[in-house]
Amino acid sequence: MIPAAFDYLAPSTVEEALRALAEHGDEAKLMAGGQSLLPVLRMRLNAPELVIDLGRIDSLRGVRDDGDAVVVGAMTQHSVVGSDPLVAQHAALVSKAIEHLADAQVRHRGTFGGALAHADPAGDLGAPVLALGAELVVAGPGGTRTVPAQEFFVDLFETAIGDDEVLVEVRIPKHTGWGARYEKFVRVAHQWPIVAVAAAVRTEGGTIAEARIGLTNMGSTPLRAHAVEAALVGRPATEDGVREAAALAAEGANPPSDLNGDADYRRHLATVLTRRAVLAAAQG
Amino acid sequence: MTAIQERPAAEIGQERRRKEDQRLITGRTRWTDNLTLPGMLHLAMVRSPFAHARIVSIDVSEARTAPNVVDVLTGADLGESQGVNINAWPITPDQVAPVHLPMPSDRVAFAGEVVAVVVARSAAEARDAAELVDVDYEELPAALDLKEAAAATDQEGVLAHPDLGTNRSAFWKFDSAEAGTGGDVDEAIQQARADGIVIEREYRQQRLIPAFMEPRSVVVDPTGEQLTMWSATQVPHILRFALAATTGVPESKIRVIAPDVGGGFGGKLQTTPEEWITWAVARRIGKPVKYTETRSESLVSGHHGRDQWQKLTLAAEKDGTVTGLKVELLADMGAYVSLVGGGVPVLGAFMFNAIYKFPSYQFNCQTVLTNKTWTDAYRGAGRPEATFAIERLMDELAAEVGVDPLAIREKNWIRHEEFPFTTVAGLEYDSGNYEAATARAKELFGYDELRAEQQARRASGDRVQLGIGVSTFTEMCGLAPSRVLGQLDYGAGGWEHASVRMLATGKVEVVTGASAHGQGHETAFSQIVADRLGVAFEDVEVLHGDTQISHKGLDTYGSRSLVVGGEALVRAADKVIERARPIAAHMLEASVDDLEFSGGRFAVRGTDQGVAIGEVATAVFAAHDLPDGVEPSIDSEATYDPVNFNFPHGTHLCAMEVDTETGELKMRKYVCVDDIGTIINPLIVAGQVHGGLVQGIAQALWEEAVHDESGTLVSGSFVDYLLPTAADTISFEIDHTTSPATTNSLGTKGVGEAGTIASTPAVVNAVVDAVRHLGVHDIQMPCTPERVWRAVNGAGSGGSTEGAAMPHFGDQEAAGNQEQPGTASTEGAGA
Ligand SMILES: Cc1cc2nc3c(=O)[nH]c(=O)nc-3n(C[C@H](O)[C@H](O)[C@H](O)COP(=O)(O)OP(=O)(O)OC[C@H]3O[C@@H](n4cnc5c(N)ncnc54)[C@H](O)[C@@H]3O)c2cc1C
Repeated sequence: MIPAAFDYLAPSTVEEALRALAEHGDEAKLMAGGQSLLPVLRMRLNAPELVIDLGRIDSLRGVRDDGDAVVVGAMTQHSVVGSDPLVAQHAALVSKAIEHLADAQVRHRGTFGGALAHADPAGDLGAPVLALGAELVVAGPGGTRTVPAQEFFVDLFETAIGDDEVLVEVRIPKHTGWGARYEKFVRVAHQWPIVAVAAAVRTEGGTIAEARIGLTNMGSTPLRAHAVEAALVGRPATEDGVREAAALAAEGANPPSDLNGDADYRRHLATVLTRRAVLAAAQG
Repeated sequence: MTAIQERPAAEIGQERRRKEDQRLITGRTRWTDNLTLPGMLHLAMVRSPFAHARIVSIDVSEARTAPNVVDVLTGADLGESQGVNINAWPITPDQVAPVHLPMPSDRVAFAGEVVAVVVARSAAEARDAAELVDVDYEELPAALDLKEAAAATDQEGVLAHPDLGTNRSAFWKFDSAEAGTGGDVDEAIQQARADGIVIEREYRQQRLIPAFMEPRSVVVDPTGEQLTMWSATQVPHILRFALAATTGVPESKIRVIAPDVGGGFGGKLQTTPEEWITWAVARRIGKPVKYTETRSESLVSGHHGRDQWQKLTLAAEKDGTVTGLKVELLADMGAYVSLVGGGVPVLGAFMFNAIYKFPSYQFNCQTVLTNKTWTDAYRGAGRPEATFAIERLMDELAAEVGVDPLAIREKNWIRHEEFPFTTVAGLEYDSGNYEAATARAKELFGYDELRAEQQARRASGDRVQLGIGVSTFTEMCGLAPSRVLGQLDYGAGGWEHASVRMLATGKVEVVTGASAHGQGHETAFSQIVADRLGVAFEDVEVLHGDTQISHKGLDTYGSRSLVVGGEALVRAADKVIERARPIAAHMLEASVDDLEFSGGRFAVRGTDQGVAIGEVATAVFAAHDLPDGVEPSIDSEATYDPVNFNFPHGTHLCAMEVDTETGELKMRKYVCVDDIGTIINPLIVAGQVHGGLVQGIAQALWEEAVHDESGTLVSGSFVDYLLPTAADTISFEIDHTTSPATTNSLGTKGVGEAGTIASTPAVVNAVVDAVRHLGVHDIQMPCTPERVWRAVNGAGSGGSTEGAAMPHFGDQEAAGNQEQPGTASTEGAGA
């Protein structure tokens, strides 16, 4: 598979990248790890004139502690985020989701920002980022702006990032001491989730004090299961305690039907996986 | 004379690592796509996106002026020079088969068919220009559903090829009463309806894609005296014959080379439109050209496998003694009848009775044309389908009678003391011991313990239920006695050729007509020859896959290389010894009758005098002092036509955990004990068994070629066509019992397809067994979690697969074309 010819630019600063974007408009495409972009180009589903490789912009890489948030640079690879101790301590849900994301080769190349910008509804990072109430920092010609996760995902493969903007980092509020579980349902190991549920739970003496639940592939964007979250508060962290709340997981969701399952099966899975994820998070 | 070299007592049975693996795995070797010839041009194909359409016009003008494009050609341009793709096995005299032009100019019959070819200086430029070819199609209704296609007539329904007036290609029947090999099956069924058991089922063999590792690639060099084609093929000899037969080039002017070939699984047992187009373009332009397919092209245009509906009626007495089996098949040929085509289901005709002593049997098969990719052999070819059907039925019968599935098999199988045994399908099984293999498998499996656990889980209503699946399979392999192939109207024989060349330096070159594409022939054949001639393993070189070196052969498929090709090799090696004997006697100044040959050495009986066979080879090379009238050569060849098929068998046991809440499946244990006769190399055998098992398990659980309602292949990439990896499988426990084959010198049986044939029903039987107490008696393959969940929740065997792919590689532009329900904010789960 050979992509159509394109020009290639590898800037070393965000400003340079923004200038190139401004100049070429929608004829340009940003490249992070290339794990989703290159297949699109190779299958000729898209043929940009210019590919702007963000790989040489060092400021976009790495994880840092910033008070009440952990900040992940957009160009930090999945493998780095997944093994980062700060992330594990304060945003365990993200570490758990990355454990099951794709395969080792893809995790080594693919990036945190690239995956979120790609906005595949079956992507594993959207639900945890949404559940934890992260903020996405986007740089544009007029400076940077911060987009809350619930406004970031607009539709299938569509985010709040403008054509002339670059996602630079993601600020994840610390959830220190919360239990976390990412329940991913697949048929083969290297697959995108058919449905997945991201759950972070804070318990107080066997009772659920707070819960944050995100759903993957239950609609055209990652979803936050607010109804479940509300119903869980004050419930005992037991199978019976959680069952009723978890049953609300698919309410109003609009999952797709495809080779791996019809919408009604996905709805069913969402409730089962939510129950299991919440229980595991509460007990872990 | 000199002492013999140090070598292990016997090579046969040694766990030799494969000598060919380093270069194959690193890729520093001669894959077809690695070849670059001076002045070579590259091809890109323009393919139809429609399953069935009339080609109104093809405008190549823009493509032709693209950078470095040499030419753009259509079917009309190539005309008769493109030849045709042949069907070598017309299963009936009145078989209906459309003419298969490599590149049609008037009508396309499946999505993926080639309509134009771009010739350019680089592969990238060819691909770019292919995008510029403008084809105007008039879409026609497409025949897609197998059952509907079978029922269609020229009055009603959709025809895949309207001019043929029917979709029915051929009807093939075997009846044991007519053949004199058994009783009347309809009588047996009638009897069973009155006072016995009748099991009636319909099973679906889903369409699969062979998915070999190396995509197909072909290079043609028209510049020498011979035209040379390199191709990633399993069948260089058949390919050469077919090129000669259909393109007007004399066979003697054609050289076909299958260099290193990266897998096939039957998928490269084909003569393809792409090969024919490349051939025609090279001849027309007069320069070497190369075509290498992309993976997407491979999935859509390389032939597919399976795709049958199987209607089955099993008659039995109340105690479970089977009295008859009736089989009615519909087999999807796709758009064209391929090289072996309708022969694939016919190969299964002899295997539905499997290891059992059925008194009556009838097999009916209707092959059907549709507007899908053509189908042909895929690992096991006809036999996995048959084995699946009968092994599923035997489980159903056991459930009906209320006994253990192994007990029902034992009641019906051929006992070891009954071999050789002539079956109701007319085959003579030479050897086997089903009792021994089953006993060993049960022991390794811990059968009784797992049954106890299953009972406990059922009793407690555990969310996770346990199922145990059985498959006691046999297969016919070692294709094939030429006489039998003739009776079945196959267009060629089934012999194999080998020669052994003794080089002056004592090294040995072995030439085989088998054409390895990952099996490990270089290693296994070296072991055989090393033992036979008493030379070092390292001193044997195995040559194959080039019609100028291996001028005679019938290639590799149907688990034939060892049992047919290996026997030819043994015979050629034995002839070398016989030719060397008088020369050795002359060298030793002894009588021929006083010589004995062992360990690579002719020795004079009762003395320490002797000469090694390598030394004889050196003496023959010099030819200074040979006995009078003896030719200066001990090289030998042999062509072996097998006297019978070859019948490996085995008992496979699978334990599967089923999460009844989600339908998720988790394999707990898999044990197989295969009787494959004498084992040449246990490591290679283990590789074949493991790979075969995974491929068969994948049919049961994961793989399916799915088309949408317009005939587009939805599972057109590995994102949606689910191939398992090591992460999806467990560690198998494999072992062997040994009943040597009596029809070849080494006692070997085929192993290349065994795992694939046996494992599919073992797995599905396990899944069904886990939930049978919940009222389930079938789950359609692949047994997806959704299907299992639906079956458990009372929705039959799980329903059809939705014809839509996950859109992972869509982006904003591409996503615009996709209709996808769903909004960002929702009531209960809204953002
Ligand atoms: C075989 C395979 C299996 C996979 N399985 C999974 C899986 O199970 N779960 C999962 O979640 N993902 C999976 N992925 C996707 C993987 O996570 C990708 O890495 C990810 O989707 C894209 O990240 P990337 O860094 O490669 O981005 P790229 O492919 O380089 O870019 C993706 C898109 O984002 C845009 N973009 C990238 N960076 C920025 C930025 N800083 N600002 C604005 N726009 C930007 C690009 O222009 C492009 O449109 C899989 C991928 C493959 C190839």
